[in-house]
Amino acid sequence: MIEQHLLLKRVDFIFVQDTDWEKILQKSIQRPKQELINELISSELKGRGGAGFPTGLKWKLTSEVESDEKYVICNADEGEPGTFKDREILTRVPYKVLTAMAVCGFIVGAKNGIIYLRGEYKFLEKPLNEAINEFSYFCKKINLDFTVKIFMGSGAYICGEETALFESLEGKRGEPRNKPPYPSISGYRKKPTVINNVETLAHTYTIFKYGAKKFYDLGVQYSRGSKLFSISGDTPKPGIYELELGMSLSDFVDEFGDGDTKAVQVGGASGFLVPRKKFHETAIGYQGKLVGISLPTGGSMMLFNSSRSMYNLLDNYLEFFREESCGQCTPCRIGCQQLLAGIKAVKKGERPAPYLNKLLKLSETMQFTAKCGLGQSVANSFASIVENFREEMIY
Amino acid sequence: MDSLHRRIVALADLHGRTRESLLPILQGVVEHENYLSQKSMVEISKELDLPAAEVFGTATFYSFLEHRKMGKFTIRVCKTISCSMKGKNQILLAIKEMLKIDIGQTTPDGRFSLVETNCLGWCHKAPAMVINHEVFTELTPEKVREILGEYLKKEL
Ligand SMILES: Cc1cc2nc3c(=O)[nH]c(=O)nc-3n(C[C@H](O)[C@H](O)[C@H](O)COP(=O)(O)O)c2cc1C
Ligand code: SF4
Ligand code: FES
Repeated sequence: MIEQHLLLKRVDFIFVQDTDWEKILQKSIQRPKQELINELISSELKGRGGAGFPTGLKWKLTSEVESDEKYVICNADEGEPGTFKDREILTRVPYKVLTAMAVCGFIVGAKNGIIYLRGEYKFLEKPLNEAINEFSYFCKKINLDFTVKIFMGSGAYICGEETALFESLEGKRGEPRNKPPYPSISGYRKKPTVINNVETLAHTYTIFKYGAKKFYDLGVQYSRGSKLFSISGDTPKPGIYELELGMSLSDFVDEFGDGDTKAVQVGGASGFLVPRKKFHETAIGYQGKLVGISLPTGGSMMLFNSSRSMYNLLDNYLEFFREESCGQCTPCRIGCQQLLAGIKAVKKGERPAPYLNKLLKLSETMQFTAKCGLGQSVANSFASIVENFREEMIY
Repeated sequence: MDSLHRRIVALADLHGRTRESLLPILQGVVEHENYLSQKSMVEISKELDLPAAEVFGTATFYSFLEHRKMGKFTIRVCKTISCSMKGKNQILLAIKEMLKIDIGQTTPDGRFSLVETNCLGWCHKAPAMVINHEVFTELTPEKVREILGEYLKKEL
């Protein structure tokens, strides 16, 4: 079974120089729109921001909606604990992202692009604006009607959720909206909007440059291409690595672990904790072809060795969620508080161990009743930590 | 017109007076005043013709838009998991000892405020902190003392 995982392979697309962006942009907007969309669809690129929606389809849907105004938004809110790749992309190859936004605008019929940059990355605003100036100058030169501006966030993880991000752009509290309607129909200013993660946009540049096949040839069915991984925790080589999708977690740990890896958190606080005994049956990719457990991820990989307490880990995550919950819906607002209070009570012996089962039920309820992905995904880390390290929660 | 009012008018001239201008204006005020006083929020609501409650409600949503009085330099130490594993507590201790303040407090001279924050996106170089917008990574207590030493030399 395990042979269906791919071997861990480093690739180098994203950070290859973006000096040919003028050529790529000019070449792309001379192609028929349908052809560009087909190229993206056949690459099978999926969103790299976490949810994994097919990018070609997203652009296609927005292109088909009739509207006088449409928008292209680059989600650079990067707030998931353990994720730091988007910052590196915007630092090293900003023109790829800008070019991708413009090509997207050309395809869907949007004239305005916005980069929503998290407040923590304020230092990027100036260099990015310099790149935008040069970029805009070139767009004018080739008669492409497309502008990009930066909008700064102000320290709120939830604003990375697409509809909360629109609210924030509109000058309001970053409280997620009900879905549907989806952004491709009604997004920023209630207009059709394409919103993509920084890395997703950078991948489309690769696809427009080399063609879909080069991308598609990497990875396995349903999990094509490469992905940037932000690697931190107990590892001798923390950093950002571009890897082919579909590798097994044991290969990953062989490469990046410190020899004593006890567990890996895949996908940040809203992702899953995988204990050592499940490394071999876990693959990194989207559900589908991969055998065993497949875990998609925004790319956050945190390694923990045997000196780490999984109770502390869960406590830290729950505090994060309790603080970052927008508080709009009860299951999430109260649920996060109660989960945190609950594990503390069990740890102190104020509640008996079976109380953990009640908390698991609560997290499951949140999964079904919370309004947005934040509240819905608390159960991921909660259940995977409690179920795999139950004794650490109690003693 | 006092200086706060002038600043708000200037920010509104720059960013516009629609609801969408609210966040950039709030950010601009924090940039200069270090925080959003009640007075500044009321002034902004008048300038943009918004209910003060809307301005207050929006401002208080965002953790970087402080509405308590803050020092000139706000130190934000990351407390999320990677930094917490890599010695965030020693960093906090070094800061507390040097500045004689606790989390949530401001030095009497109004130079520094100390708060904790969530993941700053530098986990591979943990522990990390930001002072206003400047990022510092791979911190040690010695390094922190040096950095704060430099900030002590800056004009208030
Ligand atoms: C709580 C929460 C936080 C999110 N934060 C981010 C983020 O920081 N960056 C991002 O690209 N997507 C984030 N997302 C996902 C976005 O809602 C959206 O799916 C994504 O930007 C779409 O882009 P993609 O298809 O290119 O991945 C977040 C989702 C949730 C529920
Ligand atoms: S699930 Fe949480 S973050 Fe999402 S809308 Fe509800 S309260 Fe807000
Ligand atoms: S956990 Fe501190 S920077 Fe990410």
